[in-house]
Amino acid sequence: MRSILLAGGAVAALVSGAAHAQMSDGVIKIGMLSDRSGIYADINGEGSAIAARLAAEEFGNAINGTPIEIIVGDHQNKADIAANLARQWIDTERVDVVADVPNSAAALAVQVITRDKKRLFLMSGPGSTDLTGKECSPYGFHWTWDNHAVASATARALVEQGRKSWYFVTADYAFGHSLEAEATGTVKQLGGTVTGGVRHPLGTSDFSSFLLQAQASGAEVVAFANAGGDTINAVKQASEFGLPQGGQTMAGLLLNVNDVHALGLEISQGLMLANSFYWDMTDETRAWSKRFEERTGRKPSMNQAGVYSSVRHYLKAVQEIGTDDADKVAARMRSLPVNDMMMKDVRIADNGRVMNHMYLLQVKTPAETQYPWDYFKVLQDIPGDRAYIDPQKSGCPLVK
Amino acid sequence: MPDTTTTSAVSSAATAVLPGRAAAPGTDRDRTVRIALIVLGLSAAAAAPFVLYPVFVMKVLCFALFACAFNLLIGYAGLLSFGHAAFFGGAAYVTAHAAKVWGLDPALSILLGTGFAGLLGLVFGALAIRRQGIYFAMITLALSQMIFFLALQMPFTGGEDGIQGVPRGMLFGVIDLNRPLAMYYFVLAVFLAGFVLIWRTVHSPFGQVLKAIRENEARAVSLGYRTERYKLLAFVLSAALAGMAGGTKALVFQLASLTDVTWQMSGEVVLMTLLGGMGTLLGPVVGAAFVVMLGNYLAATSLPVPVVIGAIFVVCVLVFRRGIVGELAHRLRSRPSRDR
Repeated sequence: MRSILLAGGAVAALVSGAAHAQMSDGVIKIGMLSDRSGIYADINGEGSAIAARLAAEEFGNAINGTPIEIIVGDHQNKADIAANLARQWIDTERVDVVADVPNSAAALAVQVITRDKKRLFLMSGPGSTDLTGKECSPYGFHWTWDNHAVASATARALVEQGRKSWYFVTADYAFGHSLEAEATGTVKQLGGTVTGGVRHPLGTSDFSSFLLQAQASGAEVVAFANAGGDTINAVKQASEFGLPQGGQTMAGLLLNVNDVHALGLEISQGLMLANSFYWDMTDETRAWSKRFEERTGRKPSMNQAGVYSSVRHYLKAVQEIGTDDADKVAARMRSLPVNDMMMKDVRIADNGRVMNHMYLLQVKTPAETQYPWDYFKVLQDIPGDRAYIDPQKSGCPLVK
Repeated sequence: MPDTTTTSAVSSAATAVLPGRAAAPGTDRDRTVRIALIVLGLSAAAAAPFVLYPVFVMKVLCFALFACAFNLLIGYAGLLSFGHAAFFGGAAYVTAHAAKVWGLDPALSILLGTGFAGLLGLVFGALAIRRQGIYFAMITLALSQMIFFLALQMPFTGGEDGIQGVPRGMLFGVIDLNRPLAMYYFVLAVFLAGFVLIWRTVHSPFGQVLKAIRENEARAVSLGYRTERYKLLAFVLSAALAGMAGGTKALVFQLASLTDVTWQMSGEVVLMTLLGGMGTLLGPVVGAAFVVMLGNYLAATSLPVPVVIGAIFVVCVLVFRRGIVGELAHRLRSRPSRDR
């Protein structure tokens, strides 16, 4: 035991010997805390680290001569490992900003630590609205999306198109419940009805009985309040059961471009979803996505684009005020509108919510697609003020 | 019944490692060495937070206590429970809730968690000890999955977001546990209390009976021992101590999450115990330190953590089946006998 402690001590000594503090110590250090081996490894993971590097490269990897350093960590989807790594990075390696952090439990844990230790926290991946609600932090910035935005944007758009009766296939855990609740609220508010719903356990492989109930309900929209592998399985089987062919619209409340890539257009065609980024929208997004694809071999997910946007905005704020003091940078980040290839003049609310646009997307048919990754039609552009919860009503004590 | 050759090897390994073992008439030299080792170990533990990152050492201590509690059951009573995550994680939730929502004293919160785990252990144990071997393991696994389901569904646990931002609070209203060193010594005290309790249990007549049951339950019955009672008590004790570890961990990390109640956590504690050395007192401590260290330091590299841990486990099972401490003890023991 002692020899292990000693060996560990040697490691720790080396690590802390190499550590630097803040800008005055000569380095701006960004800790990319992500899931690098589990279910979010594709939509965040190494791709997020590359997105952050792309942002740093735009500044020549240095600000006013102070080098930017990016380190990575794998939280393995465990909140305690996330908390431990974030704490250790801040305490012994003087990390200035923690970024990425998919998985709401991990993000909530890091939010508490970064709030206590006064370090910036840039989230692009967790969905919980608590992060800008009752658990908000003056140092926490929530980029890209949240449960409310993805679920209610899709719901609003479909109801406004006249698809008023809804049926939910929901993953039976807090995340699924939250998606369902957000969508239900919007549907009812706009005069739609929810004809029913069914809950399936996380990681289900057989959706047949759930889908038959959805089919029998006769609802115009079948919404999948789940994510990742569950959504992929559900959509695949729904297509086999002929739900779309029977005239029911399928809506994925949280779906990424990678999921559609995995499903193929044959199965996913016609599916409605909301994302805050699609690579093929403007010349700028195409150019950036090309740089991203050269490094990773795939197009970026909205989370990865969000990581780029958040790290870039942070570095810009540091550059403008010439310090990496957390309070000053946070204030500057709030007063400076976000402007990059993903966002145009987007403001950041007092609760830390980045009020970016959401886009209602529909998956193309195999006949419509013309080149690789040509997957979505952009149906609607939803401004941030309509997409997100009104910061006044978020329950965040920072909003006055 | 477990394979007798392994278990006897394990028990002889135990004999060698355990300080204070009164089996052989200990010479003065033995006693001095033993005391020196204990003093050295304690001072290393006391100095650790100045050398290593305190939260990391606290995590090691929590998992070490968890593994020791588990080892009490498998190493000394021969019962392989595959549901210990329920006690560890269940207690973490109770402690976190008590500290955060009810605002109780940290020590009291941990006690509540421990009590909850003990009660849960009583229920699990009463059902599970009616069966042996794989059936015992499956019953404990099934029951712990029920606790997992409850943790996922009940409103107070926060589902997969867990209970976050648990205050560490003021110990007995005086000591501020938000200071890293105060928290560290508090955790160390909890660990030592648990460890000493396990050490006493193993070296008590009760512990001897447990070992007898492990070696040959039928014979223990024929000697007049009501073995179910012994097994149940060992189970409850192990569950309560696992709960104490879980509750402490909830305060260290200021959160209780689903990770602690998943069946993978039950597997992880088996891994820690086997890697370190089943049936040795120090084995689980070493195993826990090793696994936690891997999880922590590999997290910052590009290696996939689960794959590395899995590979190490395979190597351990193939090359040194007694575990790190078990193997060391075995070597140390066999050398002098060859010299003589």
